[in-house]
Amino acid sequence: MVSIEKEKGKEKIRVLIAKPGLDGHDRGAKIIARALRDAGFEVIYTGIHQTPEMIIKTAIQEDVHVVGLSILSGAHNALVPEVIDGLKKAGNEDVLFLVGGIIPDEDIVSLKKNGVHMVFTPGASLEGVIDYIKKNAKPHTS
Amino acid sequence: MDETLKQGHGVWKKKLSEHEKKHPPIHKHFSTISNMDVPLICTPEELEGFDYFRDLGFPGEFPFTRGVHTNMYRGKLWTMRQFSGFGTAEDTNKRYRILLESGQQGLSVAFDMPTLMGFDSDSPQAKGEVGRCGVAIDTLLDMETLFDGISLGDITTSMTINGPAPVLLAMYIVAAEKKGVKPECIRGTLQNDILKEYIAQKEWLFPPKPSMKLFVDTLEYCTENYPNWNIVSISGYHIREAGATAVQELAFTLADGIAYVQAGIERGLNVDAFAQRLSFFWDVHNDFFEEIAKLRAARRMWAHIMRDRFKAKDPKSWMLRTHAQTAGVSLTAQQPLNNISRTTIQALAAVLGGTNSLHTNSMDETLSLPTEQAVKVALRTQQILAEESGVANVMDPLGGSYFVEWLTNKVEKEAYEYIHKIDEMGGMLLAIEKGYPQSEIANAAYRYQKQLETKEKIIVGVNKYQEEEKTRPIDVLYIDKTFEDRQKVRIEKIKKSRDMIKVKATLSELKKTCEGTQNTMPAILECVRAYCTKQEVCDVMKSIFGTYRDPGSY
Repeated sequence: MVSIEKEKGKEKIRVLIAKPGLDGHDRGAKIIARALRDAGFEVIYTGIHQTPEMIIKTAIQEDVHVVGLSILSGAHNALVPEVIDGLKKAGNEDVLFLVGGIIPDEDIVSLKKNGVHMVFTPGASLEGVIDYIKKNAKPHTS
Repeated sequence: MDETLKQGHGVWKKKLSEHEKKHPPIHKHFSTISNMDVPLICTPEELEGFDYFRDLGFPGEFPFTRGVHTNMYRGKLWTMRQFSGFGTAEDTNKRYRILLESGQQGLSVAFDMPTLMGFDSDSPQAKGEVGRCGVAIDTLLDMETLFDGISLGDITTSMTINGPAPVLLAMYIVAAEKKGVKPECIRGTLQNDILKEYIAQKEWLFPPKPSMKLFVDTLEYCTENYPNWNIVSISGYHIREAGATAVQELAFTLADGIAYVQAGIERGLNVDAFAQRLSFFWDVHNDFFEEIAKLRAARRMWAHIMRDRFKAKDPKSWMLRTHAQTAGVSLTAQQPLNNISRTTIQALAAVLGGTNSLHTNSMDETLSLPTEQAVKVALRTQQILAEESGVANVMDPLGGSYFVEWLTNKVEKEAYEYIHKIDEMGGMLLAIEKGYPQSEIANAAYRYQKQLETKEKIIVGVNKYQEEEKTRPIDVLYIDKTFEDRQKVRIEKIKKSRDMIKVKATLSELKKTCEGTQNTMPAILECVRAYCTKQEVCDVMKSIFGTYRDPGSY
């Protein structure tokens, strides 16, 4: 495996995995968190029942490169744009936004319009998620 | 052991190793979906010491391995109970009427996320979630609308609710009372299994200890007043769906059951007074024989636990009666029609395992809530099993199979090892506080995912036989986005029309009760009668009992 630290000039990629809303289905989020950790990323997992504000706060505090939101309850259209807008307003323009969960095709289009870079739906492989982050996470410009 | 058999077995094994030189096995390991190695064949050698009366007995007799009823499905088919709910109470009421007209025998209510978490539809936390995964129930009025035109004295209703279970139970009781249904005719099941929320499903409201107190309140209240209401559905389903193995599902669920029985006894209840009102709920996954073995082992283990550990005297107290549901987690978004086959195999395992009630998943449930057509196919799958396949004619037809008996023993033995470990930790509540079952499940889930990545385990259409799917081959249910607004209007209306003096008085009485040691159910019932909202009631309880945060370990 290519060293993630070398790729991004000594800076280890920090990934926030968060579960917004009331949905407690955290099997996928936990598996992704573990797989990313095993792949060498620095992973922060929020646990469940997070409000968009809580997620924004953690993302800023931890100065993350990637935010992955896991939602299986159907509340993605209401919650995801709030997180993205909040982070952008706070000046975090280069964060990579990922969504994982049960997301209908139509909603994938609108989520992408709202700033989501990639949506991973059921059946996505761990390798696919890891590769995507390696290729697309940007080092902080500052 | 018969010497001839032993010799014959030895000779055959030699032949086998010769044969395998030419035809080597296609895999290195042959294991169940739970990663349990299985032998190529079982013979009487693997079942040495097997004793028919001790291990199986007759149906309806200890240890109930072969089923809890004396004539099983000949006397009564399993109950076909499809879990459903979406949108407002009016929307779901329409679906219930269709299901009952299609021959379904009992209802099973799916509540939406805000209801499951004790938030009203007009609460900021409910944003975007109202009516999405189930029906929104905020007040007694919604519960009355939900069952409008449905005779509650003639059907059984199952309610999947845990954190705010006492509140929803109170709403159901009052709705039934208002229709004139007698207490002994109120039949159904409250899931009310709070321990598995901390272990797997994560829909809690309060910390574990006060949650257990509330559980025992419902147990005590129903034991005294509603003799035919099942107080709890001790659920392996969510534990399994979170990634547990079959053995973990079995062990953690029975350990939860042990904790509930213990708590009831500690409250001063006679075990035989409530044991018959405990029910179970298993997941039925893809590995056919493992699931059958699990269901058989579960009955045998619970019979021993109730008779030997808790000294229950009534044979009915020893019986594990169960609902089962095919595995939601096994459904694939890819090639969704394949899910009909998966569900059929799982439903067959549930029936051969002797379930008393069954939900079959619809083919489209990884995509959205199911369409009416998909639900109908799922229900018809059960009807085909019941009426066409002949499997309901014979009891426990796999009993005596060398392999199934071997697997039943093995699953049982490994589950007991977990239960002993949990006993040593001081019981399930303490094990949960240590994060023990949670981390065991997370480890198993991760291992399985890795096995999928390496193709050691296969999911057709996902990591083998994939196809490009340009258009979705089936229709999905499109949820009308007006629910949230419609439900907000309903709750606003009720808030304006109710007697606020009564609302305040009943809530303040509930607060006092929560501060003391009395049973909270009578005070909750009064709140519900006064049309307090579910969140108003839950917030009062939270103010005394506190809340609980996910430790967020992975």
